[in-house]
Amino acid sequence: MAEGITVGHEASHPALQHHFENLEQQREAGALGMWVFLVTEIMFFGGMFLAYTLYRTKFPAAFASASNHLDLTLGAVNTVVLILSSFTMALAVYSAQVGKRRNQLICLILTILLGLTFLGIKAVEYRDKYEDSLIPGSLIPGRPFNPAVQEHGQPYDKHKLHLLPGANVKNVEMFYWIYFAMTGMHAVHMIIGVGVLLVILYFSWRGRYGPEYHNPVEISGLYWHFVDIVWIFLFPLLYLLGRHLEH
Amino acid sequence: MKAFETFETPTAARVNYINAEYGLKSWLLTKDHKRIALLYLGSISAFFFIGGLYAMFIRLELLTPQGDLLSSTTYNKVFTQHGIIMVFFFLIPSIPATLGNFLVPMMIGAKDLAFPRINLLSWYLYLLGGIITIWALLAGGVDTGWTFYAPYSTTFSNSYVVATGVGIFISGFSSILTGLNFIVTIHTMRAPGMTWFRLPLFIWSHYATSLVMILGTPVIAITILLLAFERLAHVGIFDPANGGDPVLFQHLFWFYSHPAVYIMVLPGMGVVSELIANFSRKNIFGYKFVAFSSLAIAVFGFLVWGHHLFVASQSVYAGMIFSFLSFAVAIPSAIKVFNWTATLYKGSISYDTPMLYALGFIGLFTVGGMTGLFLASLAVDVHLSDTYFIVAHFHYIMVGGTLLAYLGGLHYWWPKITGRMYPEGWGRFSALVVFVGFNLTFLPQFIAGYLGMPRRYHAYPPEFQVFNVLSTAGASILGVGLVIPFIYLLWSMRYGKHAEPNPWHLPGLEWRTASPPPTENFLATPIVTWEAYEFAPPEEMQVIGKLKNEGLEVADAVIDGK
Repeated sequence: MAEGITVGHEASHPALQHHFENLEQQREAGALGMWVFLVTEIMFFGGMFLAYTLYRTKFPAAFASASNHLDLTLGAVNTVVLILSSFTMALAVYSAQVGKRRNQLICLILTILLGLTFLGIKAVEYRDKYEDSLIPGSLIPGRPFNPAVQEHGQPYDKHKLHLLPGANVKNVEMFYWIYFAMTGMHAVHMIIGVGVLLVILYFSWRGRYGPEYHNPVEISGLYWHFVDIVWIFLFPLLYLLGRHLEH
Repeated sequence: MKAFETFETPTAARVNYINAEYGLKSWLLTKDHKRIALLYLGSISAFFFIGGLYAMFIRLELLTPQGDLLSSTTYNKVFTQHGIIMVFFFLIPSIPATLGNFLVPMMIGAKDLAFPRINLLSWYLYLLGGIITIWALLAGGVDTGWTFYAPYSTTFSNSYVVATGVGIFISGFSSILTGLNFIVTIHTMRAPGMTWFRLPLFIWSHYATSLVMILGTPVIAITILLLAFERLAHVGIFDPANGGDPVLFQHLFWFYSHPAVYIMVLPGMGVVSELIANFSRKNIFGYKFVAFSSLAIAVFGFLVWGHHLFVASQSVYAGMIFSFLSFAVAIPSAIKVFNWTATLYKGSISYDTPMLYALGFIGLFTVGGMTGLFLASLAVDVHLSDTYFIVAHFHYIMVGGTLLAYLGGLHYWWPKITGRMYPEGWGRFSALVVFVGFNLTFLPQFIAGYLGMPRRYHAYPPEFQVFNVLSTAGASILGVGLVIPFIYLLWSMRYGKHAEPNPWHLPGLEWRTASPPPTENFLATPIVTWEAYEFAPPEEMQVIGKLKNEGLEVADAVIDGK
């Protein structure tokens, strides 16, 4: 079968797929594809943001009480960890573009480690919620949502739920469901991201990416930054809501 | 497919995408958009058949006023499953996944879609979702209606809601990936000279469809996911028992499911634009208006979902705004209908089968659209909501619109897809049967609904029987009209006349390569130097104009001649 007309010496580049005319077209398609995918992700998370907005407006006291019970320190540390990981990811993309293989490997490994750190801290937070019986519904069979509630005048106990006036425990449970749904979905995206970066790391180690061809590193970076940005929205909405009302 | 081995004519001896490779593996692992289109064609046909069986049971039950054939619970499952199969597994993938998959790269002069592997993945996701759904139907079925309204679906329904939801969730990703692939392909893979305003209108409408797919489908995905968790783990944001709001579910559901109507009908409009222009042998009237009206429908389509909630405790002010916006979406739809009609004016019209379907589409879509305006009016909707008027309205859009466009497109591109002609006489006959059968089925439902017959009941007051008998009779005719093309299209794959590369003598890019096309679509990258629907080069037009001025008759053949 006759070949289509191809342009320039890039036609012989091993990474060029047969249905693209040249590497530039392939790069554009890959990048646009990832941007479009990220748009779908925004809409996906959007459904949960809508539910959050609706019920936060409807049950402000319960949501503030539940939010105050989240671990602010761990949440804040995780935010820093993720922003750092985005920084190392950006450096990894840059190193691929300028063809510094060693830096590229170091930055990818750092990004993966930071991602895993985030997931580890998240796991600690989830365990704390489990211990305080804050997992909603029957998500964990045999461990229903049943937090100890701080009575008025009792000494401060960080394992107890401090209900603000007007807050209903049923709606606190709803907050925790939205919390687990949103952070859980975010964590799933983090896990996928780490998996993707491991693949990129392998090919990077094989020396596949350089100034001429680094599209996969770039679009994986886009995905990583997106997951990071989702957290940037989740953190204030879930953790910082109503802190000023505490005590 | 074996038929193609025995070709003896010189054109057939050539290597094309069908005979390039043989064996089951070469199909199941193919990355060729044309082969994937055929995989989709086979699978959506199977789902259409299943959905049709359910429709048959509905119509048989409604033949008599008593609930005698099916119990009320079985009937609930039958209409639910008819809706789910037809909407999610036939109508939504129908035109984009088959004709779109086949034609988007060919019409823009590309070798394939931008992401061939993702394209194959999307078919597998579709199939996986379909199989899970079919399993749920066989295991016990689902009775919530295709709308899955909470809290019935989350708490009370005693049927396979979660399994069906998982099936729809998975197949939704196939839709997202198809949309993503189309958008990237149309942006980055157009052949040299194929500018945006030289694109066939089929491409514009698929671009608009893809926008709806990528923006809407993720929302139904998360909605179904939350619904499934709510049902399984009793965590809740929809069930009032948990402090949730069932209307939130309706908002989220219709935020996707109303635009989904445009996923179904926009590709149909694209097909019809092709058919009307090409079978009138004229450039489409107001190309840019038709192109941008597709985008306008996609955008407006996202702002009208609230008209499904007029009787669902939505605030009256929201109702007024949604009513106004629903009226607004009629404008770009009407632009299309007017421009198609204006294209016909003084066109050199030939009434081949695809054109019959296209003309049927214009009529039926107009009826469906106009009755949509009744439903968009707040007060009238209170009377008509949940009656057969609604059922008739959306079947006019989905069957009268999408299905007719799909069949028209399938006939039109059949020679390109298979390399064989379908029997024209049978084609015209069945198009007519479908049209008559369809109208007889659904026109009486408008009246029954207007008189107050509610939907989703297996028994009804005897005064509605006459309409239901007419409707069931029409459905039988429609069924026959759909079986005929199924038989002769299969027949033509082996025995049909060999198709020329350009059997309709049209300027489109897809007609400038062999039938069936080679795997790479074009033997060399095409360079586009003509406008869309350019039936005569400008110089020739001038000559013809001069001849006309001199009072000479110009045969159509001269105008068409290349």
